[in-house]
Amino acid sequence: MTTLSREETEALIAEVLEVYPEKAQKDRAKHLASNDQTVEQSKKCITSNRKSLPGVMTIRGCAYAGSKGVVWGPIKDMIHISHGPVGCGQYSRAGRRNYYVGTTGIDTFGTMNFTSDFQEKDIVFGGDKKLAKLIEEVEQLFPLHKGISVQSECPIGLIGDDIESVSKKAAAAIDKPVVPVRCEGFRGVSQSLGHHIANDAIRDWVLDKRDGAAFESTPYDVAIIGDYNIGGDAWATRILLEEMGLRVVAQWSGDGTIAEMMNTPKVKLNLLHCYRSMNYISRHMEEKYGIPYLEYNFFGPTKIIESLRKIAAFFDDSVKEKTEAVIARYKPMMDEIIAKYKPRLEGKKVMLYVGGLRPRHVIGAYEDLGMEVIGTGYEFGHNDDYDRTIKEMGDATLLYDDVTGFELEEFVKRLKPDMVGSGIKEKYIFQKMGIPLRQMHSWDYSGPYHGYDGFAIFARDMDIALSNPTFKNLVPPWKKVAAEEVKKAA
Amino acid sequence: MAKLRQCAIYGKGGIGKSTTTQNLVAALAESGKKVMIVGCDPKADSTRLILHSKAQTTVMHLAAEAGSVEDLELEDVLSVGFGGIKCVESGGPEPGVGCAGRGVITAINFLEEEGAYDEDLDFVFYDVLGDVVCGGFAMPIRENKAQEIYIVCSGEMMAMYAANNIAKGIVKYANSGSVRLAGLICNSRNTDREDELIMALASRLGTTMIHFVPRDNAVQHAEIRRMTMVEYDPKHKQSDEYRQLASKIVNNTNFVIPTPIEMEELEELLMEFGIMEVEDESIVGKSAAELAA
Repeated sequence: MTTLSREETEALIAEVLEVYPEKAQKDRAKHLASNDQTVEQSKKCITSNRKSLPGVMTIRGCAYAGSKGVVWGPIKDMIHISHGPVGCGQYSRAGRRNYYVGTTGIDTFGTMNFTSDFQEKDIVFGGDKKLAKLIEEVEQLFPLHKGISVQSECPIGLIGDDIESVSKKAAAAIDKPVVPVRCEGFRGVSQSLGHHIANDAIRDWVLDKRDGAAFESTPYDVAIIGDYNIGGDAWATRILLEEMGLRVVAQWSGDGTIAEMMNTPKVKLNLLHCYRSMNYISRHMEEKYGIPYLEYNFFGPTKIIESLRKIAAFFDDSVKEKTEAVIARYKPMMDEIIAKYKPRLEGKKVMLYVGGLRPRHVIGAYEDLGMEVIGTGYEFGHNDDYDRTIKEMGDATLLYDDVTGFELEEFVKRLKPDMVGSGIKEKYIFQKMGIPLRQMHSWDYSGPYHGYDGFAIFARDMDIALSNPTFKNLVPPWKKVAAEEVKKAA
Repeated sequence: MAKLRQCAIYGKGGIGKSTTTQNLVAALAESGKKVMIVGCDPKADSTRLILHSKAQTTVMHLAAEAGSVEDLELEDVLSVGFGGIKCVESGGPEPGVGCAGRGVITAINFLEEEGAYDEDLDFVFYDVLGDVVCGGFAMPIRENKAQEIYIVCSGEMMAMYAANNIAKGIVKYANSGSVRLAGLICNSRNTDREDELIMALASRLGTTMIHFVPRDNAVQHAEIRRMTMVEYDPKHKQSDEYRQLASKIVNNTNFVIPTPIEMEELEELLMEFGIMEVEDESIVGKSAAELAA
C-alpha cells in the first residue's frame, strides 16, 4: 500500500507516459490527472469522451452496446431485434445479468437473442424485407410481447436500410410499438453515444404514446431511472422507496416494462441513479413534462441515508417521518455489518476502473467499510461525470479516463492497491499479479449491491476477496526466480 | 499460351462502355481469342449483345435464391455466347436499397474461388458502373485483378471530367499495385475536332487515344437485335473499326501510371477546343432577370 503526494502522482503519470510515442503521449496526458478537490470544473484537469487511440487496448464498447445492452435490453416484455449479422446479438445475450420476473419466451424475453442474421444477400439487396418478415414471425410466435425495438448493427447504417418505414408499417399492422434505433456501432467514440441515441428513441417513439391517457396518480409517484437491476439492484432499491411511502411507477430499465416507461411522464419525481446513461431522457421529461429529477446514490449506508433524506425532502412530512423510520430500522443491521467487516477491511486500498456511475458511486460504500479508493476512472464518462467525481476522491489520488491496458497495469504495479474493482478483461491480469479483483460491472455473479440489502452482500464480497488466503500464497512468475534464490540462500 | 490479361473498362455513365466492350470482345473472339466478360453493374446489361438475351441471370440474384453464394456452382452463373465468350453478371439490388458495391465484391470473389479465370482464357474484361462511388466498384482494379484500364470517353465536357477523375482513382491503386492506365477509347459523339481533343487529353494524362470509334447507326441496328457488329454485319466498315480496336489492344504495351490534371488545366484544354467558353466572372451568380436589367 502506498499513498502518494501530488508531486509523486504527477511524476508517476509522466513516467508511465514515457513509453508512448510523442503524439500518443500528448493525447493520453490529457486523460490522466492527479485529483485536486479545489478544482470546480473537471475540464480544467481531465479530458474525456474522446476517440481512443488505436493500439492501446481500450475496453470501451460501441453505440450498439450502449443501446441494446444497456438501455433497451432490460425492458423485459419487449423483443429487441439485433438487426444485422448474428454476432452482435449473440455475444451480448444475457451478459449483463439484468434480473427480471416473468416467464422467458412467453411474456418476457430478457435472456433471448432475436436477430435478422444478415447474410451476403441481405447486405447486397437490403435487409428491410427480412426485418418485416421477422417482425411478422415474432408476432406469431410470441404473441404476448408488448413491443419491438430494432437495434441497428453497423451494416444497417452502411447500406441505408430504411428501418423507420418498416417499423411504422409493422407497428400499424401488429398494433404495438415498434421502435427503430439507429445505434450503429461505428457511431461515436464509445457506448456513451448509444445511450444517448437510445434515450432519444424512447423520447420520439415511446414517451408521448400515453399523453392524455387516464392515469390514477398519487402525490407519491416516482420512477427509478438508470437502475439496470444487475443481480437484483433495482429490487433492493424499490423496497426502500416503498417503505418511505413512495409509489414506484416505473423501473428504467432493469425488470422494466414498456407500459411503465409510457407512464413515467405522470410521476412527480424521477430518481436518477446512472446519470451517464439516462440523463438525456430525465432532462427531456423535466423540460417537456416539468418532472424534476434527482440524482441519488444507493451504495453503502452513508450515501443511502444522504439520498433517502434528499428524496424525502421533495415530499410531505409523512414521507419524511417514514424515511427517518427506515433509516432507524436499518441502522442496527448496518452497524452489525460494519462491526463485522470493518476490522478486517480497514485501511485497505482500492483502485477502480468501470463505467457509468460506479467510478464515483461506490466510493462511499468502500469508505463505510474503512477502505480507501486511491484511483478511479471511467470507461466512457464525460466531463460532467468527472465534475461529480473530484469531490468524492481524496486529494492527489489518480484519475484515469479511458485508461489503456498498459497504463492501468503500471498504475496498479506502482500504487499497489489491496484490490482492484473492474471487469472481466482486467480480472485475471490482476489476480495473476496476486491482487484480488472484484468485477464491478456484473458484481462477479453476485449482488445486489444497491440499498441496505445490497450493502450486506457488497461487504461480504469484498471480504471474501480480500481475506482469501490464496493471494498470499501466490508467487507470480516474474517473482519466482527471486523467491527461489531466497530459498537457496536460506 | 500467353498470360491471362485482365482489363477493366471505365467511363462516364451512358458513354457506351457496355456497347463498346461487347463489340470489342466479339472482335477479339472472332480473331480466336478466349474471352470472358464480367459485368459489374447492378443493371446487368454488360452481356446482352453476346448472349442475345435481355439480361443474364446474375450471381447475386442466384445467390439470393439459393440462400448464399456458397451454394452456387460456377456453371450456374456462367453463360457462353457468341464466339465462345464466357459471360458473367455480378448483379445487385434495385436502386435505393442494399449495397451494390458489396455485390460486385461478392461476385468477383466467387469467380476467383470457383476458378472462373482458367488457364485457357486470354482476356477478362470487367465492365464497371459509370461512377466509382465506393470501394466495391474499385474491386476490379485492386491487387491481382485488372491490370489494364481503358477509359471510354468522347469529346464532351462531362465525359472528359469523368475520364480525368477515373485517372485519379487509378493513381491511388497504381501506387500500391500493378494496375495501369492502358489508353482512352474515344466513342465518337461527332463533336468538332473530337479526335484531336481526346488525343490532347490522352497525352496530358500520360497515355494515348488507343482508337477513335466513329459514330455509326449500324451499331444501334445491331443492338436492337441484341447483337454485336461483327456478328450482325461482319462486312460493315464499323465492324472493322472494332477489329482495329481489338488488334490495338492485343498489341498494346503502353501501360502507364496516369498523370491526372488539375481542373484548371482541363478547363483550359476545353476552352482551347472551343467546348467551353472563357469564363465571364461578371455573370457568376446572376439570375436572368438581373442580367437583363
